[in-house]
Amino acid sequence: MARIGVFVCHCGSNIANTVDVEQVADIAGQAPDVVFSTDYMFMCSEPGQNLIQEAIREHNLDRVVVAACSPTMHFRTFSGAIQRAGLNPYMLEMANIREQCSWVHADKAVGTDKSVDIVTMAVGKTRWFEPLFPQEIGVTRRALVIGGGIAGIQAALDIADSGVEVVLVERSPSIGGKMAQLDKTFPTLDCSGCILTPRMTEVVQHSNITLHTWSEVQEVRGFVGNFEVDILHKPRYVDATLCTGCGECLARCPWQKIPSEFDEGMGTRPAIYRPFPQAVPNVPVIDAEQCVAIKSLVEDPEREKPKCGVCLKFCPRDAIDFRQQPTVTTEEFGAIVLANGYSLFDPTAYGEYGYGRYPDVITSIQMERLMNAAGPTDGEVRRPSDGKHPRSIVFLACVGSRDERMGRPYCSKICCMYTAKHAIMLKEHDPDVQSYVFYIDVRAGGKGYEEFVRRAQEEYGTCYLRGRVSKVYPEGNHLVVMGEDTLMGMPVRVEADLVVLATGVQPQPDAGDVARILGISYDSYGFINESHPKLNPVESNTAGIFLAGSTIGPKDIPESVSQASAAAAKVLGLLSQPSLLGEAMTALVDRSRCAGCFACEDICPYQAIERVTLGYGRQAAEVNEGLCKGCGLCVSACLGKVITLRGFSDQALLEELNVLLLEPESA
Amino acid sequence: MRAYSYYPGCSLHGTAKEYDQSLKLVAGTLGIELKEIPDWNCCGATAAHSTDEALGLALPARNLALAAAEDRPLLAPCAMCFNRLRVTQHELQDSAKRHMVEALLGESDLTVSGIQEVVVPSLLDVLDNDEMRARVTEAVVRPLAGLKVVCYYGCLLVRPAEILKPDSLENPQAMDRLTENLGAEVLDWPFKTECCGGSLAIARTDIVLTLVHRLLSMARNVGADCIVTACPMCHSNLDTRQTQIAAEFGESFELPIFYVTELMGLAFGLSPKELLLNMHVMDTKRATECIGKEPAAVTG
Repeated sequence: MARIGVFVCHCGSNIANTVDVEQVADIAGQAPDVVFSTDYMFMCSEPGQNLIQEAIREHNLDRVVVAACSPTMHFRTFSGAIQRAGLNPYMLEMANIREQCSWVHADKAVGTDKSVDIVTMAVGKTRWFEPLFPQEIGVTRRALVIGGGIAGIQAALDIADSGVEVVLVERSPSIGGKMAQLDKTFPTLDCSGCILTPRMTEVVQHSNITLHTWSEVQEVRGFVGNFEVDILHKPRYVDATLCTGCGECLARCPWQKIPSEFDEGMGTRPAIYRPFPQAVPNVPVIDAEQCVAIKSLVEDPEREKPKCGVCLKFCPRDAIDFRQQPTVTTEEFGAIVLANGYSLFDPTAYGEYGYGRYPDVITSIQMERLMNAAGPTDGEVRRPSDGKHPRSIVFLACVGSRDERMGRPYCSKICCMYTAKHAIMLKEHDPDVQSYVFYIDVRAGGKGYEEFVRRAQEEYGTCYLRGRVSKVYPEGNHLVVMGEDTLMGMPVRVEADLVVLATGVQPQPDAGDVARILGISYDSYGFINESHPKLNPVESNTAGIFLAGSTIGPKDIPESVSQASAAAAKVLGLLSQPSLLGEAMTALVDRSRCAGCFACEDICPYQAIERVTLGYGRQAAEVNEGLCKGCGLCVSACLGKVITLRGFSDQALLEELNVLLLEPESA
Repeated sequence: MRAYSYYPGCSLHGTAKEYDQSLKLVAGTLGIELKEIPDWNCCGATAAHSTDEALGLALPARNLALAAAEDRPLLAPCAMCFNRLRVTQHELQDSAKRHMVEALLGESDLTVSGIQEVVVPSLLDVLDNDEMRARVTEAVVRPLAGLKVVCYYGCLLVRPAEILKPDSLENPQAMDRLTENLGAEVLDWPFKTECCGGSLAIARTDIVLTLVHRLLSMARNVGADCIVTACPMCHSNLDTRQTQIAAEFGESFELPIFYVTELMGLAFGLSPKELLLNMHVMDTKRATECIGKEPAAVTG
């Protein structure tokens, strides 16, 4: 005979307002096998949990029903509580009378009736419970960090500093990310490169970090503590073990006029290149699509000598290898941090701004490259059309932000700040500059941020105009910006030498593919979902995969760095455990009755079904408990009904239905 | 032979007679057959849809219903008529609006049932495709070499973009390609789809004068000999207001304004007289005299 205790929570007024909790406790108390039933204001509070533990001891309870909120909210709280009182933690059922009852009903009688049904069903189910014991799983004490921007760098360094081995995978030729492209950082105006490059060097020198640039994560298998990851190493065509980074090849390459990705098309690079002088690693890469030598070998693999081959001739270390092939390595990790960053909105979608049509309409990231002392103009701001110093500069905020027409209704968060920074820096570069900013609202929430914008306005005389721009067009030697000043209620026209579009933050174009590879979820824009936006902000909803930086949504540098450190702490917490407890509510195959059809194998989303060969050559399915998430799909798919899900036996579920459907007769 | 149902609308029978004439001549050369739909009515233009939603939809709907019986694509060369036809098709996907229009059509035998199937291309859609480009190239006997033009699309051929789905809202290309194919030098300019003031010409002439002045100034500043359009409303505002603008702004332009079909006619060897160019307010000679001036371009 089971001995069940029922504990009904008021959740303050959340439940008690629309459910008569005392009545629910009374009725549940009369259900078969219930030996104790009560209600309490906050069952999850310490006194609430004590109440449950005392009742377990006093009444010798062997099963507990907590009628409160959703199990995703507090199952772990209460299973911990009953475990501390000596019960198996799985002898607990949460009857959710909040989200699925009190919150959706206004009528107390209805809410109470429904709560009674939910609670008595849970009681019936509990009668069939058996103790469950999760498996212990080993943990690989290595971490993978995906993305070598500032978030990935910070996460990798924090983990590595604690003595855990880290592999950092970056798909471009160098780490550094967007931050490496920036000139100054708001609101302190420190030089971005000066604070970033020491960190980059630290990464490559760290004894616990293995850096794979020009590499991509191709496939991820396994589960928390035990991931197996395929990493694709794209051919660099330069042997990194031989190259000293002398740069001879860069100067000698005859193909120098290729638009530089790093300079956002504002400058050029050779076919063999490193994105920027402080690149880490300091090993060039050859652009296979532009290199004449590689193209000649692709066209005719049999040819003895490639065309061109100038770099090969001048390399003092014989490090050039035009015939390098991509390779794939497989490595094991206990935890993964995804920090693959963001991309910028393509402003050609706004035809009226003329980006791509008029050379003096540029984006803010292009402005960063123009202002950067290491940039294509050596930090002298010259406009693309004629190389003149612009004096009148118009900034357009919210280009691809807060615009439903563009499918980008959200705020990109950083544009107001970097635009104010540009206005300040341009005036610093040239006191004759007059900047204008067309904005919707100035959003400057952050330490020292509002003051910074104020400085741009008051000390640097930037003219802020509240309104959208309708058109930018050339007239003579300048551009005309037609817009609206909504504070004046008037159309305005500003003549500009240069127009700068503050393009918004959006996910990487392949964010969805990355999420699918990792088996994590993302929102309608492509930003990765946190496990909980407030309380689990750096966890994905797959155990062992953590998130940092703007892969989750627009973020500035301090926020990305804090998140990276938080993710690193989570990784270290996970990897410091000698072993992990697996899922206890897993599927179980009755092998003696399994016909070996493997319908379960096809439907399982976690690749948890394995094939075993029994005596006499009989094939049967077996569940890898480490991989099984207890979703139950195989149970429904099994043609012979020989799979059960622990904690959800047929008897338990049928009993729930019996309680609900047979109730009128028994009453 | 390509056959279209033809809906000239009021302007091509009135103020834009030269558009009608030049289109018919050019169509003949290109093997395009135009069959005027019987008993067509006014599209309602701005007047109807800005005062009575049901009427604004019912008038074009009736023309669409007439065309549905013909089972051919419906060509309305007037940008306003074209715009109203397409917008009406879009709006009548909504059943409440369909009932509203059916109530107005009530007495007649016409129904809205077949109107979504009527294909309504713009004149530029009809002319700017691989087949027609080849035929145009073949038909050009007098290339417009030496003539500098800017193409002016106006708003009615591109907006609302959700319905008309133009190649670009700001920088459409169809008319540019077509005119270039005639041998003219097509200049890029930023006001291809700016507003000319449309029917405000009557109620707020001052606005139209301001806007047309901007258009003319820009066209002249980029070095155009003339402006090409495919909209009777634009043509009317640009062609007829230049004297007033000269008085108002103290700036004389005397810039010829052509329908795209007129330039095609000239390139196809038709005479200004056949094309009714004498109906223009601004003398077109200033532009036609430029043709063939540059010796390099005469061979063609």
